[in-house]
Amino acid sequence: MTAPPVLEVPVLEVQDLRTVFLTDAGPVRAVDGVSFRLGAGETLGIVGESGSGKSVTALSLLRLLEEPARIVGGQMRFQGRDLLAMRPEELQALRGDRMAMVFQDPMTGLNPVIRILRQLTEHMVSHGHHTPAAAKHRAITLLGRMGITTPERTVTGFPHEFSGGMRQRVMLAMGFANDPALLVADEPTTALDVTIQAQILDLLRGLNRDFGTAILLISHDLGVIGSVCARVAVMYAGEVVEEAATEAVLADPRHPYAWALVNAVPRIDQPLGAERRLTSIEGAPPDALDLPTGCRFAPRCPFRIARCETQHPPLAEVAPGRLARCWVTQAGAVLPKPGGTGFAEPGAERVRPEAAAPLLSVRGLVKHFPLPRETLFSPRRVVHAVNGVDLEVARGETLGIVGESGCGKSTLARLITRIHTPTAGSIRFDGQEIAGASAAAIRPLRRRMQMVFQDPYASLNPRMRIGDTLAEPLVAHGLLRRGAEARERVAELLSTVGLNPAWAARFPHEFSGGQRQRISIARALALQPDLVVADEPISALDVNIQAQILNLMLNLQERFGLTYLFIAHDLAVVRHLCDRVMVLYLGQVMESARSADLFARPLHPYTRVLISAVPVPDVGAQRGRQRVVLQGEPPGTLVLPTGCPFRSRCPIARPVCETPPPLAEHTPGRWAACHFPGEFDPGSSQALPSAQARAESPA
Amino acid sequence: MIRYVASRLLGAAVMAVLATLVVFLIANTVPGDPVLAQLGDIAASNPETVREWRAKWGLDLPLWERYGLFLRGLLNGDLGTSIASQRPVLEDILQYAPATIELATIAFILALAAGIPLGIAAAVWRDSWVDAAARMVSLIGVSSPTFWLAFVMLALFYGGLQIAPGPGRLDPIAFPPPDVTGLFLVDSILAGDWEAFHDAAAHLVLPSIVLAAATIGLITRTTRAAMLEAMGQDYVRVSRSKGLPERFIVLRHILPNALIPVVTLGGLAFANLLAGAVMTETVFSWPGLGRYTFRSAAALDFPAIMGITLVVSVSTLLVNLLVDLSYALLDPRVRR
Ligand SMILES: Nc1ncnc2c1ncn2[C@@H]1O[C@H](COP(=O)(O)OP(=O)(O)OP(=O)(O)O)[C@@H](O)[C@H]1O
Ligand code: SF4
Ligand code: SF4
Ligand SMILES: [Mg+2]
Repeated sequence: MTAPPVLEVPVLEVQDLRTVFLTDAGPVRAVDGVSFRLGAGETLGIVGESGSGKSVTALSLLRLLEEPARIVGGQMRFQGRDLLAMRPEELQALRGDRMAMVFQDPMTGLNPVIRILRQLTEHMVSHGHHTPAAAKHRAITLLGRMGITTPERTVTGFPHEFSGGMRQRVMLAMGFANDPALLVADEPTTALDVTIQAQILDLLRGLNRDFGTAILLISHDLGVIGSVCARVAVMYAGEVVEEAATEAVLADPRHPYAWALVNAVPRIDQPLGAERRLTSIEGAPPDALDLPTGCRFAPRCPFRIARCETQHPPLAEVAPGRLARCWVTQAGAVLPKPGGTGFAEPGAERVRPEAAAPLLSVRGLVKHFPLPRETLFSPRRVVHAVNGVDLEVARGETLGIVGESGCGKSTLARLITRIHTPTAGSIRFDGQEIAGASAAAIRPLRRRMQMVFQDPYASLNPRMRIGDTLAEPLVAHGLLRRGAEARERVAELLSTVGLNPAWAARFPHEFSGGQRQRISIARALALQPDLVVADEPISALDVNIQAQILNLMLNLQERFGLTYLFIAHDLAVVRHLCDRVMVLYLGQVMESARSADLFARPLHPYTRVLISAVPVPDVGAQRGRQRVVLQGEPPGTLVLPTGCPFRSRCPIARPVCETPPPLAEHTPGRWAACHFPGEFDPGSSQALPSAQARAESPA
Repeated sequence: MIRYVASRLLGAAVMAVLATLVVFLIANTVPGDPVLAQLGDIAASNPETVREWRAKWGLDLPLWERYGLFLRGLLNGDLGTSIASQRPVLEDILQYAPATIELATIAFILALAAGIPLGIAAAVWRDSWVDAAARMVSLIGVSSPTFWLAFVMLALFYGGLQIAPGPGRLDPIAFPPPDVTGLFLVDSILAGDWEAFHDAAAHLVLPSIVLAAATIGLITRTTRAAMLEAMGQDYVRVSRSKGLPERFIVLRHILPNALIPVVTLGGLAFANLLAGAVMTETVFSWPGLGRYTFRSAAALDFPAIMGITLVVSVSTLLVNLLVDLSYALLDPRVRR
């Protein structure tokens, strides 16, 4: 590492950066006057919804833009050197050396046909820092530092041999190979599971601390940014609209868009309120081809004043060290706390519906997928996706299902809606057994249980007008005839989900992601179902749209008494929306309880770890919060787990865990499958004595 | 890796057995009566002669028995006897094959050596004059009929400019090098006969260009498309962000990925070359399998047809085996 310069020159200084895409339709102003400054060893986050210009900013910094993008204005200085004036060779010498970048998708970012070792060392050698032998040594050391347990073996492998989390560690090691002064990380954890995300964020914090590398972290998730970055710049429509300490923005945003962003997401580190509706703003970001002349947020801004429509606000200081681009807050106004209902007393949550006769009751559900043989003679392998799941859902209730990727959440949803046929077990829907029922026998029940999928685009037929998409199931089930009657119902459905009924004649591609998810919901509602199974319905959406969809789901539930099975990996959302929560691991239930109880005091170590993995801003009460970062990754699903499935990663596993713990009811309605429930509790000084824990679980 | 190779070898063996069955069935169910094609009209009108003739060639036995005999023969290296030449088919094939192997191999090397660099250049300098030129070359190669191209080349370079030798493998007055492999280039080197080497090489130029033309076009196109596809991959941007030189990125990161589809095409292209050989050999009086095939087919000489088809199928299987094995070298995802 070089000694700190005598004169404090910032690592990166960006002034009024402007990047446009020269498209046939005209110049798209993707980045339009972005300024910020990053000192040596500092951390800055960039947050904003998709399309706000975050990645283009990052690519502009490294001058990695591709056709038809052009940097048309501004200044960028890296350690005092003008990046825009550099010749290609100078840039090449800088990239991957003093200035490194890590991209979002670790699955595609590594070259599939080149060994990890060469990908890690080639730029150490080409930048002239290391001989190949020294580079190899360093690569192995770095991988070890990134938390890879057998780096000597890992380097000899090819990318396809590793999971997404491992590959992201390799990408990080690649970024740090030449000990850069600045690391730009563009959504480095978005493609990863929450436990792996926690590991990677932990790593970033450590690297910043240990190597003094300045980090520019781009994310759509303020929680992620808050857990790593001291300062944050909020982007909207190509501009920075607010820049301040992350803590300050979270507590007291000074730009209405930042305000909407902060309040659109439920926070797991804050008490639940009685009001479950989230703050959401209507409308969409402006068309980058045709930006408003005044404030770019004006068409959607709830605090708009007359001046906003005509005059473009500058980014100006609203408080010491705080910049915001808003006429109203620059005049000294304070944005209100959202909701207005305040926080509820404990126990004031929604009364849980009575579980007299459950609408859905599942017992011992099993699903195994035999894989096709790899070669003629290799043994047939089997994916054990779901391995004995019991669950019950009462009418009008919302049951959340959480767990890491591959734990069987989606398969469970598809079994319940009988898209898949179970290998074993029973599914009773409203008293009727459907696990082994024929397609014909299920048909009448189909309209009473509907599914909403993660990808709203893939689940809508692109060549069908949405009016027809919505009318189709109605006509197919003989509930309506084509024509006026169907049109009327379609219009009604569209307005139920908050869309303009006149849009029935449009095709799916004419809608935004959020609107398409509304259409999927309208389609699910068309047949007036009792049960809606939603598999990650908001995961692909921006936080503001997420809030809209969640609010919509809440409204519809109240209006029609719907029962939801809600699958998600976002625990804060699940806590916010669900009455009860079930935690899955390797196709088995680890814990199931009322949402409030589960989050207040998880019994199963896995639940504890999942909750702890949710990135929360490192501010206030959370500062220095004891994080439990779960090591390793879930074992594969090709072998049926023996004993406690979690024991390979459990921080408190003991020999007795070789025998499978039963899913036992510990207090009414609280089930956990662990020999030592509640014992793993690093946050509290009063761990349950194990003897008591054992006494609680009926052997 | 070993398992992968073993399973591919086994697969190829199974395919080869299937090939014998298919070949046998096709050859024995061709429309047209070999009797009429072989015996004169008068002989064919005499039922006694026909019966004798059929018995001689085993045509009176049931189909499955004939297949059994055919297989037994194969195991003993006996492909049957050609009806037309009255010689063992294997001997015929061994006589004609080297000429074709030599021609097809040179054409194949030419197609790869021209097509791959052309495709790379076209992709790297996309939409430039290089790309346009590559597109012209591949268009001409793919769309000119082999027959026509062969005549044009002969007329232009042999008849007109007189810078290329005429048809055949050697000058009519030259002596072939002592026969070791039947491949004139190899044999002349073995014998140290540089004159013959030069003569054989010169005679190969035109026919191998003609034969390779379509394949050059296909390989150029495929390489270009595969390069462009690979260039759009995330790992290319990652390589740039690492500050690697552009040349290095193209040759070491993009090309190895782009070659994977090219190898697939290479396997198909070799089979195509063998088919194209019939035309080319006919125009260039090339004493190879193509011409032998042409003659045997015209005479409905079914033992010869079976033998040729079998040899072609097996060599196609071998090429595909090579393709599979080169996958394993190029793409670590397929070795397990
Ligand atoms: N049709 C199928 N054939 C083979 N394996 C399958 C099939 N469907 C799912 N699986 C496997 O079953 C396991 C559970 O998959 P599932 O999709 O239910 O996980 P998930 O928890 O929903 O994950 P994610 O969060 O990534 O969607 C995985 O290992 C998956 O690869
Ligand atoms: S300037 Fe006006 S429209 Fe823009 S964010 Fe502020 S209040 Fe809203
Ligand atoms: S049973 Fe044992 S291994 Fe499993 S979660 Fe409980 S303590 Fe951990
Ligand atoms: Mg899933």
